[in-house]
Amino acid sequence: MNILLILIPVSIILGALGLCAFLWTVRSGQYDDEAGTSARILLDDDDNSPDRR
Amino acid sequence: MTTLSACPACVAAPLAGHIAQQEIDAPDIILSLPTIHCAACIGSVERSLRSMPGVSAARVNLSLKRVSVQTKTLSDAALVARLRDAGFEAHPMDSAVLDNGKDPEGQRLLVKLAVAGFAMMNVMLFSVAIWSGASDSTRELFHMISAAISLPAVLFCGQPFFASAWSALRVRRLNMDVPISLAILLAAGMSFYEVLNHGLHAYFDAALSLTFFLLIGRYLDHRSRRSARSAARDLAALEVHSAQKLTGDGARTVPVSELAVGDAVLIPTGVRVPVDGRLISPEATTDRAFLTGESAPVRSITGNTVQAGEINLGAPFKVQATAVGADTTLRRVAAMVEMAENSRNSYTALADRAAAIYAPAVHLLALFAFIGWAVIGGDVRQALNVAVAVLIITCPCALGLAVPAVSTAAIAQLYSKGFLVKSGTALERLAETNVVMFDKTGTLTIPASRAVVDLLNPAQQAVARALAQSSTHPVSRAILAALPEGEPAVLSGVVEVPGKGVQGLSVDGLVQLGSGSWLGADFDGPGLRIGSDPAIALPLTEVLRSGAQTAVDGLRALGLRPGIISGDRLSAVTPLADTLHIEDRQAGISATHKHDQLQALADGGDRVMMVGDGLNDAAALAAAHASVAPSSALDAARNAADIVILNDSLADLPLLISVARAATHLSKQNFTIAAVYNFIAVPVALAGMATPLLAAIAMSVSSLTVLANAMRIRRVR
Repeated sequence: MNILLILIPVSIILGALGLCAFLWTVRSGQYDDEAGTSARILLDDDDNSPDRR
Repeated sequence: MTTLSACPACVAAPLAGHIAQQEIDAPDIILSLPTIHCAACIGSVERSLRSMPGVSAARVNLSLKRVSVQTKTLSDAALVARLRDAGFEAHPMDSAVLDNGKDPEGQRLLVKLAVAGFAMMNVMLFSVAIWSGASDSTRELFHMISAAISLPAVLFCGQPFFASAWSALRVRRLNMDVPISLAILLAAGMSFYEVLNHGLHAYFDAALSLTFFLLIGRYLDHRSRRSARSAARDLAALEVHSAQKLTGDGARTVPVSELAVGDAVLIPTGVRVPVDGRLISPEATTDRAFLTGESAPVRSITGNTVQAGEINLGAPFKVQATAVGADTTLRRVAAMVEMAENSRNSYTALADRAAAIYAPAVHLLALFAFIGWAVIGGDVRQALNVAVAVLIITCPCALGLAVPAVSTAAIAQLYSKGFLVKSGTALERLAETNVVMFDKTGTLTIPASRAVVDLLNPAQQAVARALAQSSTHPVSRAILAALPEGEPAVLSGVVEVPGKGVQGLSVDGLVQLGSGSWLGADFDGPGLRIGSDPAIALPLTEVLRSGAQTAVDGLRALGLRPGIISGDRLSAVTPLADTLHIEDRQAGISATHKHDQLQALADGGDRVMMVGDGLNDAAALAAAHASVAPSSALDAARNAADIVILNDSLADLPLLISVARAATHLSKQNFTIAAVYNFIAVPVALAGMATPLLAAIAMSVSSLTVLANAMRIRRVR
């Protein structure tokens, strides 16, 4: 049963990490312009970062 | 453990503030770029803007076809001119009137969806452990952890439902969000009470998955509605804010609101007319396309009327105001559009109609269960447990998903066929239509110069291409569209002579593309002259838009009655109507009249689908039961329409009706599925036999069935 004391926090922390990563993508505006993002990969001089304004 | 589990709300709370902050920092200037479509366009637009001194940032949003520019010193006119030189059509947009392209509401929903998903997954793990036999202290520990994760998560993620339910309750109304909020709050609250009292059953997972599934529905719904913008606001953005008032000692710049009837106003080249008025200069050339849909420039002489919103294409001219402010034609059309938009917003969606019946029934049933168990069993706690089980089992989430799931699948399918659906209720309204009215110019026909290819040799074509590219005049665009793909000739010193044409220098000398009289030829229409060669006439004709015949035949086969309602002359409408075998044809109809005609049809019990593209159609588009505009349409018309056709052909128009009808059919089917499922599950819950496991399984099965059924829309061809 002691293994639960390690595994439960580990599973919650891993989940929380995934959640934080997702929240970061939302916050940095990566879903604002889906068509543009897929086109920008073809640009040579693009700075690759979505607008943070 | 508690600090960790409180994490979702903590992580998201500062984020919400950050998103709210973003709304305030709007970029300085927003330009609409209707013609951009690819990576190369993004690159050249951003490069040419960033290379201007005074521009600190420029960012294209390809999905919205806009660029937002940060600049402290430059005017929007300078930016538009720069983009025109780079070969892009650009229109300034009023950033105060339009939103700035961000979607804070969508982001907020997405964040809540993510938090609900995270919490649900974790709690579900503990729940499965409990269901599969964890007992006593282990069960209590798991319940405690579940509670610590779910309570903050439910309070955070359920906000959209709580807010909507509260606003409905405050005005003593019931909507779908009332049973939803009640189920979520009761499930979470009851479970917490059970946990504190060492109870056997907790519904945390049910509360969270209910929230999660419903948030999916809410987000799908939001996405499908997001592209809807108000056409009335767009028209307001067309208005001019300052004008050159002529006084005794020259022109003075004044706000438009200070102009009065009788004032003389100077309109410089390329500027919109701020008032309705009478021309006092000898001659003027204006672009009236936004009002009449006619692409050719209009020539007026002293005494003729010019209207607010027309663009001066020729030399500066003077106008004496006859109508200002709210009395201008532009404002009256805008007011008409706004009224029509508002009346259409009162259309009750299928989901709302279902909720009006369903919500009271669910509440009564749960109340009945509570009273019944409390009276017969005498145990209030047990009775409340049963009532919660009934609320969860009757599962508003299958109902909450029933319509959004279908409409999102339908909208996605239509998007892949080149239709952009802008309104959440558009499909339901489309499915009900029985009459289709087409505008002529710009919708059924497009201006084209079919003969250009036969008249010009490749070298001449290259010159024509180079000249046509450097102008955004409708005639230039028509000629450019008629030319085959190829490299433009190298020209220097290209200038546009307003009202006449475009000219430049090539190796052969002076080259000109413009009106025949300007080129010294004896024809009136556009022509091309290279060096000292005689000018070549490039006659402009109207051609049938591709797929128009297929569309009319297909719509007729689906039982719709086609008709043409055009602002053009009868002699231009008749041959077209004959070609398409359309009996119902009306010519010479003004914008107001079109609106009235549609209203008359609606009063006669017909439900009209309107297809049109001009500003003269905007009011009619907004008044029609459902409306469609081609992507070439004016902004205001595009926004008044429910659906925008993204490709050039009309051929898939019948598919629109088929998909809309199938979507309505499937939505109704989904309601039936949810009802049948309730019919089976409710007695089980009423009998007090619904364990949390059973409730969770039943709820998920009904939601998944509804989602799977929605996917069948893809089979509609």
